[in-house]
Formats: sequence, C-alpha cells, structure tokens
Amino acid sequence: MDWSWLPEYSDKLISGFWLTIQLLVICSSLGFLLAVPVGLVQVTGPRYLSMIARGFCTVVRGTPLLIQLWLIYYGVGELFPGIEGIRESFLWPVLRAAFPYAVLAFTLSVAGYVGEVMRGAFSGVPKGELEAARAMGMSPFKVLWRIWLPRAVQNVFPTLAGEVVLTLKATPLAATITIYELFGRSTEVRQDTFLVYEPLLLVAGIYVLLTGIIVTIFSWLENRIPKPSVA
Amino acid sequence: MFESLQLLWIEPPGRGLTLLSGLFSTLQIAFGAYALGLTIGLLGALGKLHGPAPLRWMLTTYTTLIRAVPELVLILLLYYAGTSALNNLLESLGFNPIDISGLVAGIVVLGFVQGAYSTEVMRAAMLAVPRGQTEAALAYGMSRTQSIYRILIPAMIPFALPGLANLWLIVTKDTALLAVVGFFELASATKTAAGSTRNYLLFYSAAAVIYLCVTLMSNVVFGWVEKRYRRGQATA
Repeated sequence: MDWSWLPEYSDKLISGFWLTIQLLVICSSLGFLLAVPVGLVQVTGPRYLSMIARGFCTVVRGTPLLIQLWLIYYGVGELFPGIEGIRESFLWPVLRAAFPYAVLAFTLSVAGYVGEVMRGAFSGVPKGELEAARAMGMSPFKVLWRIWLPRAVQNVFPTLAGEVVLTLKATPLAATITIYELFGRSTEVRQDTFLVYEPLLLVAGIYVLLTGIIVTIFSWLENRIPKPSVA
Repeated sequence: MFESLQLLWIEPPGRGLTLLSGLFSTLQIAFGAYALGLTIGLLGALGKLHGPAPLRWMLTTYTTLIRAVPELVLILLLYYAGTSALNNLLESLGFNPIDISGLVAGIVVLGFVQGAYSTEVMRAAMLAVPRGQTEAALAYGMSRTQSIYRILIPAMIPFALPGLANLWLIVTKDTALLAVVGFFELASATKTAAGSTRNYLLFYSAAAVIYLCVTLMSNVVFGWVEKRYRRGQATA
C-alpha cells in the first residue's frame, strides 16, 4: 500500500468531497419536494395527472439511472446548440456546464423513487383524520400541510433514509459526464499515479462513513418525531 | 426524423443489431449475476441465522460494507482485485495468467454485490417462517438439512419473492454500470452507436425503451410466479 500521494492530492479530493455533498443535498431536497406532488396526484388528483405521475414513476424506476443521465446530458444537451442565438444568451454558460444536467437527472430519479413511496404514504393515512380536519373547517391546502403530509412523512420516515443513501450511491455516476466529484477525483488520482487500489479504497471508506452519518442523522430525527400510531 | 429512425433498423447502416447483441449480453450478465447472488444470499442467510459467531460477523461486515459503497466503486474494486488475485493464484500454482472475459467478470462482480442484498432479503424471509414449522419437521425425524430444503426454503419463498423481484430489476439496471468499465452490454453498445452516428437523443431513448420493456416484462413474469406461490396461503 502506497499512500504517499495523499498530501499532494488532498485539496482535489476535498473539493470532490464537497461536490458530492452538494449533489447529494441539492438533489435529495429538490427530489423530495417534487415527490410530494408526484405521490399526491396519484392518490387524489384528476385521472390524467395521476396517469402522468404513474407513467413518470414507471419510466424512472424501470430504466438505469446511467442511461437517464446520458440521455439528459448528451441527448437533450445535443438539442440546445441548434437553437438560434442561444450561444449569445445568458443561459448558455448554464446549458454548457455538466452540473445542471446531473442535478436534473438525479432530482428526477429521486422524485420517481420517492414519489412511489409517497403515494403509499399518502394513501396510508386514515381517512377519518382527513375528514376530521375538513370538519374543523380547514381548507384543502391546510389539511395537506397540517395533517396529511406530516402523517404521511411520519409513516415512511425510515424509508426516506434509505432513499438518501441510494442517492449518495448514485452520485459517482456524475463522474461519467465530466463532473469531478469524489469518485471522479479518485479516478484522476489513479490515472496520474498508476495506483489501482489505494484511491478506490479511500473513497470507498469515505462513502461508508457518509452512509453511517446519514443513517445516524435520520435515526436521530426519527427519535425526535412522535412515533406513528399503530392502526 | 424518419431518416434517423432508420438508424435503429437491423440492417446497416442501422445499428439495431449492435443494440440487440448488447441486450443479449446484458440479459446474460443479469441472469448469471442474479443466480450467483441468490446462491450467495441463500448460504449467507443460513450462515447469518445458524452459523458460528465468527461467520456471522464476517457476513455482517460483508452485507454492511457492500450496501454502503456505491456500486460503481465496488465494480472497479472487485474487478481489479478479483482479476489480480486470480492471476496471482494461478501464477503461484505454476499456470500462465489468463485474461478474464468481460462476461464472466461482470457476472462475478455483480453477483457478489447482489449476494449482499439477497442475504438480507432471504434472512428476513426465513425469519418470517413460523418456528413451529421447522420444529415440526425436526420432530418428524428429518435431519437439519432435510428440514431446510424440504420445509424452510419452500415456506420462505412467498415471503422472499417481492424482495427478490426487486433485486432482479436492480441487477438488470446495474449491468449498465459495467459500461463505465468498458464491458460490452446494452449501455456501452448504445454509447458506441450514439457516438459514431452523433444521434445521442435517438439512441439513448431507444436504450431507455429497451430497458423499460425488460422491466415491464419481468413485472408480468414475477406477478405470475408470485400468484402461483401464494396459492393456498391466507391473504392478509
């Protein structure tokens, strides 16, 4: 084992680490936000919206994330240069960078998987509680915000921790579209130093650590929210 | 638009044949890895429930680590570590080092990863089988092994099926990761075809549709199998 490269590359690895954290936090938050309407319309929405949401979940869950990422980055990205005048517009720097495509792909993926979880969670909240809230004179939005959403999230909270871990484990795919997050940095080190195992083992250890941290944070949060009642 | 659709046709200049042979190796790798994963899972679950303490610790480390490290990192680690370990072994035995085919390496690497998830699914399923059933088998005079393969395994299948169906879907999708290491399967075939014709949107959409078809057909098959295995079982 040769670790003499570590000081030289530590800056790069740390910047890669932060990029991984950024990807994880941004995509999980946006994905969870998007998952709420995706789950909700499947339970209560009009037929056409619920069909769109169901189709979205099926497609996201039925195709590899790598293909989705490449489809969005290479496929959708290929369309933009054809648009007249886009190279001069203020949007071009955003459209040319890889990061927004990765955020879009991972966010949609999280929304698809968590949307399916939220569908079950929303339909699992006892009807009586929602009827009681309505009888108290709450508007539909208030019912959702005060009763339906909190109760749904409470029931599936442990599952959400698993989804965040899955998102963390998906972030290395971003390295395939030239984003130098943690895994991408380790690849760079491997190409520079011709070391096979050490950089990989290091990042594997960091991912294990991050998984442990996510699980700890979520179980701490889980202990702070009231336990769901057993129906 | 229609001209570019011709690129998906079987005959040249269409790349349909490349995609189909990619699909074929994807399915081969997925089947092999799934079977290997199930074998590891079954033995691992038995070891976790009935094995001696050191074996249990080893298995816990295995399932925890594998499930915490991204699949892409694992594939690289296992591929390099596996091939060099095998070649070292061959060399010490006096054989010439061999070049391991992408197919076999893919199966072994993904199978090893699947094994960790399978172990957990099977362990939970075995725990769901009422103790009285295996105790009754032992009381009838069956040996420990007989009680496992005559009673425990058939009785746990309905409990394990939903999880195992999910694992099959995961392994078919994980084969795409092998494209990053350069193995030939559907994702890398798509990448080559898309790159050489510069029709990225078309080819990646086509690949997505193919993967989706595999998923949907698998759902039908698993739904059918599950229905069969739940015959005569009380519905919750």
